[in-house]
Amino acid sequence: MARPRIIPALLVKDGALVKTVRFRNPSYVGDPMNAVKIFNEKQADELVVLDITATLQGRPPDFDFLSQLTSECFMPLCYGGGVGSLKVIEDLLALGIEKVSINSAACDRPDFLASACREFGSSTIVASIDVGRDFWGRLKSYSRGGRKAAGPALEAAQRAADVGAGELLLTSIERDGTGRGYDLDLVGAVATAVPVPVIACGGAGSLEHCRQALQRGASAVAAGSLFVYYGPNRAVLINYPDEQQIAALAPRP
Amino acid sequence: MSTSPVEVAIASYGMGNLGSIVNMIRKLGHRSRLCTTPGEIAEATKLILPGVGHFGRGMENLQRAGLVPALNQKVLGEKVPVLGICLGMQLMAQSSEEGGDIRGLGWIDAAFVRFRPERAAHRIAVPHMGWNDITLRKPSRLFEGSGPNPRFYFVHSYHAECGSPEDVLAETEHGYRIVAAYERDNVFGVQFHPEKSHRFGLALMKNFIESC
Repeated sequence: MARPRIIPALLVKDGALVKTVRFRNPSYVGDPMNAVKIFNEKQADELVVLDITATLQGRPPDFDFLSQLTSECFMPLCYGGGVGSLKVIEDLLALGIEKVSINSAACDRPDFLASACREFGSSTIVASIDVGRDFWGRLKSYSRGGRKAAGPALEAAQRAADVGAGELLLTSIERDGTGRGYDLDLVGAVATAVPVPVIACGGAGSLEHCRQALQRGASAVAAGSLFVYYGPNRAVLINYPDEQQIAALAPRP
Repeated sequence: MSTSPVEVAIASYGMGNLGSIVNMIRKLGHRSRLCTTPGEIAEATKLILPGVGHFGRGMENLQRAGLVPALNQKVLGEKVPVLGICLGMQLMAQSSEEGGDIRGLGWIDAAFVRFRPERAAHRIAVPHMGWNDITLRKPSRLFEGSGPNPRFYFVHSYHAECGSPEDVLAETEHGYRIVAAYERDNVFGVQFHPEKSHRFGLALMKNFIESC
């Protein structure tokens, strides 16, 4: 059985580590460098770091910050936020970042995602799809940090896979930061619809939630709150499952 | 086991971010020095040849910086232990399909070829990217105490074909079996990234610095 991929997803705002609830109200968690050092100790196999204000502020990624971050990071890193041009991707890869996640720019300019995949290879490009429900309860993809509806979610996922995205980072906006568990119907629907690995994100409150998403076809699970908070009062405590706990999450036939 | 700090010379020739290598060495309690000139290489007692990117450009950068004769003197003349990482491992070979007519350093009898999807038992992605278990093919101080199934993080589109099978130190699978590491005398090359492979990488780096 392949080893399940369990990925801490860290949100960054103005150089600080934050955590949102339903993409809103970012609360301060700590220093991202310190978090990365702890995940080194805990032997996380990969990290996702998302700058949640780069696109909204219309600016490119903070390269100085990321250069420090990758230097501290003894594991592969996927970065997203403000990735709007091929030049930006090239500069991110030169810093030692392994994968680049694209969301808003792919929604605004579908060709951009395709050219990024052509230029840098599928295994470098992750399509990030933030999913919410519209007034009629239909699943839609959103760009700009959940602020702008972009179209039916399943179509966005299929289109991203068609143009060559190597993985999909699939985030449920309404589950984000709630600890209520992943949107398993969403995970199942997308994992069935696309041939590429799906990383489920949004809602994990326990390792049991992770196991459920993997069982429903997610190739990997990403989580924020689960790995930065501890206990009912959400005390900040960076944590990560050990080898045995990870092995126990593998889906059963 | 030696505990006094060792200074590791890292060849710096403009192919990628060396920050995580520097930090990993520091975490192990040793020192590193980024070497951009032949004079700095000449002082090395332990050498890392890192790098990510294009084989031809890597060799051109080494040549333009005048580092090739200094590296040859260190590695072939003085037998200083050297660890090639990813592109650095590839440059230790004689050639690569990525480099065309540009010759490698030629320390190891190997040629790098692009992954051949038609050889694979199933559909494979190129570049090969991800964590893989490796299998050791001979005992080595580089992997001492690393347990039966060390895992490492790989990112590469080309892999080695060794002219001398006894040089193959470790293998892994990506569609078919490929060389993950080679070793000949004082020359060690790893296709994966120890600096991105947390505890497995730390163990390997510690072995290289303290025992090789």
